[in-house]
Amino acid sequence: MTRRYSALSLFKEGLAGQTGWKQAWRSPEPKPTYDAIVIGGGGHGLATAYYLANNHGITRVAVLEKGWIGGGNTGRNTTVVRSNYYYPESVELYGLAHRLYEGLSKDLNYNVMLSQRGMVNLCHSTAEMEIGARTVNAMQINGIDAELFSPDDVRRVAPIYNFSPDARFPVFGGIWQGRAGTARHDAVAWGYARAASRLGVDIIQNCEITDFIVEGGRCRGVQTTRGAIRAERIGMAVAGHSSVLAAKAGFRLPINSYALQACVSEPVKPILDTVVLSPGCGVYVSQSDKGEIVIGGGLDRIPSYAQRGNLPTLESVIAGVLEMFPIFGQLKLMRQWAGIVDVVPDSSPIIGPSPLPNLFLNCGWGTGGFKAIPAGGALLANLLATGKHNDISRPFDLDRFAAGRLIDEAAGSGIAH
Amino acid sequence: MQLFPCPFCGPRDETEFHYGGDAGNARPDGAEVPTDRWAGYLYLRGNPKGTAREIWVHMNCGEFFVMERDTVTHKVLSSTALGGEHTA
Repeated sequence: MTRRYSALSLFKEGLAGQTGWKQAWRSPEPKPTYDAIVIGGGGHGLATAYYLANNHGITRVAVLEKGWIGGGNTGRNTTVVRSNYYYPESVELYGLAHRLYEGLSKDLNYNVMLSQRGMVNLCHSTAEMEIGARTVNAMQINGIDAELFSPDDVRRVAPIYNFSPDARFPVFGGIWQGRAGTARHDAVAWGYARAASRLGVDIIQNCEITDFIVEGGRCRGVQTTRGAIRAERIGMAVAGHSSVLAAKAGFRLPINSYALQACVSEPVKPILDTVVLSPGCGVYVSQSDKGEIVIGGGLDRIPSYAQRGNLPTLESVIAGVLEMFPIFGQLKLMRQWAGIVDVVPDSSPIIGPSPLPNLFLNCGWGTGGFKAIPAGGALLANLLATGKHNDISRPFDLDRFAAGRLIDEAAGSGIAH
Repeated sequence: MQLFPCPFCGPRDETEFHYGGDAGNARPDGAEVPTDRWAGYLYLRGNPKGTAREIWVHMNCGEFFVMERDTVTHKVLSSTALGGEHTA
């Protein structure tokens, strides 16, 4: 009967032959009505359900997931956690996510393996160094840890970078965030699922939304492949498929869906203990705890819902990796995959009420949803519980496009949008 | 590597093409255009899963055209010049 994870429970289960572990989350049948429904069982959806129960005491909640939890972008990203953004609104948002990540393993009683190994955004020219200094200043003024790195500093954290005199992208310095790092992406989904389930949330997998129930001009529930489910507050956190659900609900969003690729090499001994991003090469790289070199790059060139990625982009990403780290030329690529991301014109997320009353949005995270999971969940939970914005989510409302108050974080995302 | 059909040049490498947005998204006309109409034109997108009608430009010849494409399978269904006089 071991429900909580601890050194003592590990020891006791060791003596008992590992026979007492309970399943991490329940898989109940859907009920006909709930206080709130969360569409999407990825990181943001599961976090929303957890914070609804934990922060707001709303436990009659269903998480409806089309496939299996964490099977979309939550399991397809490059696991980087950071908050090195430029505008104050973004700093509040990603700073909140970063702080929550730092306490997440303890909050959830689930080890999400946060590893704050630091991240450097390289600068490859005098002009880039000036922009780098400006970014570091902005981050420090907004209360985020940041440091302007010299070439020697970069050499200290990433000695295997291509520092040769004829390198195509020489290092002039970089933007360093020491608190940045990586976390185990599946563990984030599973940890939130387990914690939410223990608080009474129903996690319902293999349950696809076929339509919205609209009565009196308000959303009153959803039709699903497992029957009608009703609630007075409905939130959606479905990443790349936000436009598809919005079409069912009768409105459009400022979103284009693109595939974003990543790949990993075979595992090797520890050689890179930080995250390195080179805007010039269009690539960022880290080494997983297993030893694989994890490689991410820019969006595919073609709007797409195909979760596989196309060859020209992969080719340019791999070319970039070999510019940065010629030593990786010996590695074999083990896997390549893609997730569908929802790209917004100002590269900032959309959080807030939708044009259909009772339906709330958490979407548009583009290439950077993983690092924001705790904040996206906490803010959508706040909207569902109170029906209103708080100060952090207000600037990210859908109305910013008609009002012209865009938060253009294309640079903060670090990769071309 | 996928080949896209330019109505003027025939099948060419996908890297020669640039995506230009939804087909049929006409610029609002007139002196008094409401704000939400402008925002709709500038920002809102159909972004369909499945068949999509899109504007593309073949960067080598510089011509804009309409391509009908499946966004899941990437299969190209048709490719027509904006005036409609060329079809690949």
